[in-house]
Amino acid sequence: MILRLDPIACEGHGLCADLLPERIDLDEWGFPLLEPGPVPADVLRRARDTVAACPALALRLVQPSADQP
Amino acid sequence: MTAVPPAARLLAAWTLDGRPDDLAAHLRRHGPLPLLAPAALVAAVEAAGLRGRGGAGFPTATKLRAVHASRSRRRPVVVANGCEGEPASEKDAALLHCAPHLVLDGLALVADALGADDAVLAVHRAGGLSRAVAERGAIVPEVRVVEVPPRYVASQETALVQYLSGGPALPTTAPPRPAERGVHGAPTLVDNVETLAHLALIARHGPDWFRAVGDDDLPGTLLVTAGGAVRAPGVVEVAAGTTIRTALDLAGGPSELVQAVLSGGYGGAWLPAHAMDTPLTPTALRAAGSTLGVPTLLALPELACGLTQTAHLTRLLATESAGQCGPCRFGLPDITDDLTAIACATRDAPEAHRRLRRRLDLVTGRGACALPDGAARLARSALHVFADDLHQHLTGRPCPAAGGALLFPGATR
Repeated sequence: MILRLDPIACEGHGLCADLLPERIDLDEWGFPLLEPGPVPADVLRRARDTVAACPALALRLVQPSADQP
Repeated sequence: MTAVPPAARLLAAWTLDGRPDDLAAHLRRHGPLPLLAPAALVAAVEAAGLRGRGGAGFPTATKLRAVHASRSRRRPVVVANGCEGEPASEKDAALLHCAPHLVLDGLALVADALGADDAVLAVHRAGGLSRAVAERGAIVPEVRVVEVPPRYVASQETALVQYLSGGPALPTTAPPRPAERGVHGAPTLVDNVETLAHLALIARHGPDWFRAVGDDDLPGTLLVTAGGAVRAPGVVEVAAGTTIRTALDLAGGPSELVQAVLSGGYGGAWLPAHAMDTPLTPTALRAAGSTLGVPTLLALPELACGLTQTAHLTRLLATESAGQCGPCRFGLPDITDDLTAIACATRDAPEAHRRLRRRLDLVTGRGACALPDGAARLARSALHVFADDLHQHLTGRPCPAAGGALLFPGATR
């Protein structure tokens, strides 16, 4: 599974970077930068919690094959 | 009558006769439009190698096939995109003025083949287009001419689909792609008006005729807007693969010494004067460090400051941002500030230059549409092509034209 961000929905709350610092960093404007590539199995559970915690519902966990730019 | 231009297809009415074609003149020039079954249309477009002329250069056959595959669910909507958000481009407006019936033919062709029950001609200003539509009498589906707010991002495919579905003319996050669920949920084909005009000629003359002109990489002719330091700014039609130099010569040639050319619009990239013999194809321009995009060539006079002009252009792009995606909304103004500091050779310029390099990487690929990527590409190319000027600006010695006014067309609003 990989993390995917909807850049329009994202409001830069920044919660995700607090909850999953090993996969998500914030840029200088407070918007998330996602580590590319699949989320390691041992982080997957917290990644799911992070997705659920996003107040803007901007973060998703998807199959890498999902058709999206 | 002057010499016949080398590649008069779409603009034949203008270049040969000097006036737009009404329906009667259009039919005299091109003959009646043969309608094609879906499979035949896709096969012809594929064999022709037609690529979309709205900037992305996506293979038109692939798009047609995708909408055709979704048609069993709902009857499709077909949209001719003539919004032309790129401020430097006038080619779609020129085409719609000179040969509206080629565009309407292309729209009729795809509407018929796909079994569409709605056909839209989307433009910023309807002008005489309703008259051209009326000339064709009652046809099914009737073509609706829709005026779309004149802003840069409104001509983007998903923005157009959202607007035609009753929402704001702003890009959305794909998927679903318009081919699957577009206008009001129906499978939607959005094609640039120039693409549709080529299609109308391919239906009449076949793919071999289409490919007889142009390049393997990009067959056919190409509408190019030439501006800046040329004697006769405007739209020229050239065979794809024609060099930048020849295209500028068709626009009267340089009006003064030229130091660089901006290719691909305001989200494109600068090319140095020694790259004038680069052919107008996506591959050649990419190899030269630029892009074809929406084909526009803006010649920068030797006496102008390229860094200053670039700062003006990124400011314009920042203003045009829909403000929907954080890195674009906040990044583009910051990038403009950095470039302005460099252009004005302030004491902060070296620090601004370091920040700018980092920020250009930071905004790239982080928007729902390609606006931030384009702004970053433009700025990056300026740092490269105007490297000598950059060095002077960073050491407190700006060029004489630093801080000068914008030399190119301004905002869309």
